[in-house]
Amino acid sequence: MPILKIDGKDIEVPVGTSIIEAAKKAGIEIPHYCYHPGLSVAGNCRMCLVEVEKFPKLQISCYTPVTEGMVVHTQSERVKDAQQAVLEFLLVNHPLDCPVCDQSGECELQNYYMKYGLYDSRLMEDKVKKHKAVSIGPTVMLDGERCVLCSRCVRFCDEVTHTHEMGIVNRGDRAEIEVAPGKEVDNDYSGNVVDICPVGALTDKDFRFKCRVWFLAQTPSVCPGCSRGCNIEIHWNKERPYQTPGERVMRLKPRFNADVNKFWICDEGRYNYHWIDQGRLLKPMQKRRGVPHEVSWEEAFGTLSGLFLRPQEMGVIVSTDMTNGDLAMAQQLFVSELKVKNVAYQWIRKSGKEDELLMKADKTPNTRGAQALGFEDRSGEIYEQIEKGQIKILFLFGHNLMEILGKDQAEKMRSHLETLVILGPHAHEGINLADWALPSAVYAEKNGTFTNFEGRVQKISKAFPPMGMAKSEREILKEMARQAGIHINLTV
Amino acid sequence: MKSYPKILSKNFEVPHAQHIGVYLSGGGYEAARKVYTSWKPEQLIEEVKKSNLRGLGGAGFSTGMKWAFIPKDSTRPHYVVVNADEGEPGTFKDRYILCKDPHALVEGILIACFAVGSHKAFVYIRGEYVEPIRIFREAVREAHEKGFLGKNVFGTGYEVEIVIHQGAGAYICGEETALLESLEGKKGFPRLKPPFPAVKGVFGCPTVINNVETLACLPPIVNLGAEWFAKLGCEKNGGTRLYSVSGHVNRPGLYELPLGTPLREIIEEHAGGVWKGRQLKAVIPGGISASILRSDEVDIKMDFNSLARVGSMLGSAGVVVMDETTCMVTTLLVAARFFAHESCGQCSPCREGTGWVLKMIERIYEGHGRSQDLDNLLDIGKNMMGNTICAFGDAAPTPVISYITKFRAEFEYHVRHGKCDLEDRSQKSE
Repeated sequence: MPILKIDGKDIEVPVGTSIIEAAKKAGIEIPHYCYHPGLSVAGNCRMCLVEVEKFPKLQISCYTPVTEGMVVHTQSERVKDAQQAVLEFLLVNHPLDCPVCDQSGECELQNYYMKYGLYDSRLMEDKVKKHKAVSIGPTVMLDGERCVLCSRCVRFCDEVTHTHEMGIVNRGDRAEIEVAPGKEVDNDYSGNVVDICPVGALTDKDFRFKCRVWFLAQTPSVCPGCSRGCNIEIHWNKERPYQTPGERVMRLKPRFNADVNKFWICDEGRYNYHWIDQGRLLKPMQKRRGVPHEVSWEEAFGTLSGLFLRPQEMGVIVSTDMTNGDLAMAQQLFVSELKVKNVAYQWIRKSGKEDELLMKADKTPNTRGAQALGFEDRSGEIYEQIEKGQIKILFLFGHNLMEILGKDQAEKMRSHLETLVILGPHAHEGINLADWALPSAVYAEKNGTFTNFEGRVQKISKAFPPMGMAKSEREILKEMARQAGIHINLTV
Repeated sequence: MKSYPKILSKNFEVPHAQHIGVYLSGGGYEAARKVYTSWKPEQLIEEVKKSNLRGLGGAGFSTGMKWAFIPKDSTRPHYVVVNADEGEPGTFKDRYILCKDPHALVEGILIACFAVGSHKAFVYIRGEYVEPIRIFREAVREAHEKGFLGKNVFGTGYEVEIVIHQGAGAYICGEETALLESLEGKKGFPRLKPPFPAVKGVFGCPTVINNVETLACLPPIVNLGAEWFAKLGCEKNGGTRLYSVSGHVNRPGLYELPLGTPLREIIEEHAGGVWKGRQLKAVIPGGISASILRSDEVDIKMDFNSLARVGSMLGSAGVVVMDETTCMVTTLLVAARFFAHESCGQCSPCREGTGWVLKMIERIYEGHGRSQDLDNLLDIGKNMMGNTICAFGDAAPTPVISYITKFRAEFEYHVRHGKCDLEDRSQKSE
């Protein structure tokens, strides 16, 4: 492995590593626009120029492979002059409309100007006019004037999705990003072009004008949209709840994981968050004479723990949306402690769209986790036993019987039961069937793990507290068990 | 007037020389036949190296060396690509070869294909060259008919096909890797190098790209020998050159003269001197991308090395002569307009710089110059130079820097007075 020197630091990297990657390894940032480690090298922005000893010209660090004994300077006067010059060129025709630009706050033109620019403008000329606020797809907007023509989006559509919707048209300073005639950026991954756009040229219709990025908090998590378990960041509105009444999550962004999703997430996962704060079940409810009444958790725990005396009449259907911690608690309580025979997971949303890149047909995040904890897909047997009158008490996690069985069948099933306890985050139609409806937390409101389809256990983190009085399934079950005199301590 | 041997232009005055019969009667295709029937490729490459033939598209790289870069162990097909995208303003030499002596190019292509083991040559011809394309296409058809092209070249069983590709009007497609992209059906964006075309050229295969004039030199080298050819020129610059002389001279036109002919001799003897009895003001020696020379700098030998020494270049040998009435601001405006129009737009400095520079020069030209403009122009030009993927980023600021530096007083007058000092002078003299 060649050893080179960057800014006086000795660095050892594998043969073929570019200078920019070697520098990254040594903690040295080299500014860049067109370079993206998930795409081919375009070398067009010229922002990453560095001085390499024995080379007469400055070299682009994204494309120059390291060699043994190479000496690189990223902070020399020549490099600083070049960086400043490139920024000046990039901003010559830039509209400088930061106050109305959604990228403001996470824009590499802003960031680099403050770090590497800081020159006085010499521009006396009119700027080139280009197309603005162009809808180029169901989720993506283009502002041609803000674009630095780095071609990341074009390369993404060529190299990652192989859909080739985008291209650069015209020459010189009239060059613009465009979609092919009659086409739209409408593939299953189109939102990624917004992520990789280093400036405000591509913005996301879902996020535009919703929230200034500096009001966002970021929490690492895992996408619950399918069994791939793409690593994501939940961006949520920290201090300005009045800007977006009722919704805390503002957007989801991919988080790099070399083994799972690299730099990308699919659109299905990306826009799959509005449900988090919509139609939530806020308080525990008990049906009294057919009418739901709000109750306290203490009342609920007290009464429900009484049901634990009848484990042979009990059925439990967990969900593959639950974390491993929630599932382990259910397994401990119902299987190990109470010896309930009829415990299963129900596999809903198991056959959606699948592709070769990221999307998996199983649209739940933790089927492998449920299986690893010994749960089986036997919900059909449980429903049969309910109909036969063998099961009188059903603990149902997350599922909507109306959706699963249809309205008539669900009501019929309900009539066979003595007590139906539903734990779930949402106040959907099916919740009305329940004798007890207990509000549970969504993935963004809890810590835990999901096991993806390959068996990879991945951590999710709590972004914000559960809405209303909701608690995680794990807490609910633990408390209920404690009321029944059962103490469960999980270490997972 | 001194007279020199006509090598490349020997058929230019011959009637109907574009027809194969006439070409054959002058000993045409003998060189290619000799190479195919009795030479080895290595021997040919050595011979061309010895001839000091250099890339006449403008870069001046040794042709033999370029051929030798083709990897010997490659399993992929090798290609010869002919750069006939003659777009350098002030240059019209390849057009003459294509129109007046197209078989010299066909024969040159045959020889190049033999040298690098290629069975297919793509000829990328500038889109505007409608007539040259028609004539060259006819020449290829004739050569096919005679069996000089096709599956059995000169009965040796060696196959060579020529594919003619018409460009679509972009100057940048004369840059060899942009040409390859365009040939592959993509937008003409120059490629990052390495890999160089010799390793990974058109369609990912080893490729040699030669200019029309370069290839036309090959038959005479084979016929008369490398030493003879090398001696025609000067040190390290073999052969003759087709100088395209345009501008304010009495006899603008194409002149074949040895490499190393003094520029003053070209202007004053061959092109008949500056017209209308006026004084010489400036000369662009090698196409618009070359640094301008003032009238006191024209005592220079026209070869690659001599011009490089004074910070200019021989380039495409497009000699543009300007007399004393030429306004340098206007001249720079024309050059800047060209480069702003033709920048491919890939690299930030060139894309934004060429447009910015043009607007500034337009403003000066229109009489709204500011005192800091000239220094800014020089600085912006310097910032573009050397910082882009291809040489366009070096070419575009060259007129800006060289015109302003060499004619600073004239530019300053323009900025200060909002008009040309030449206008003022002519008005005073009237």
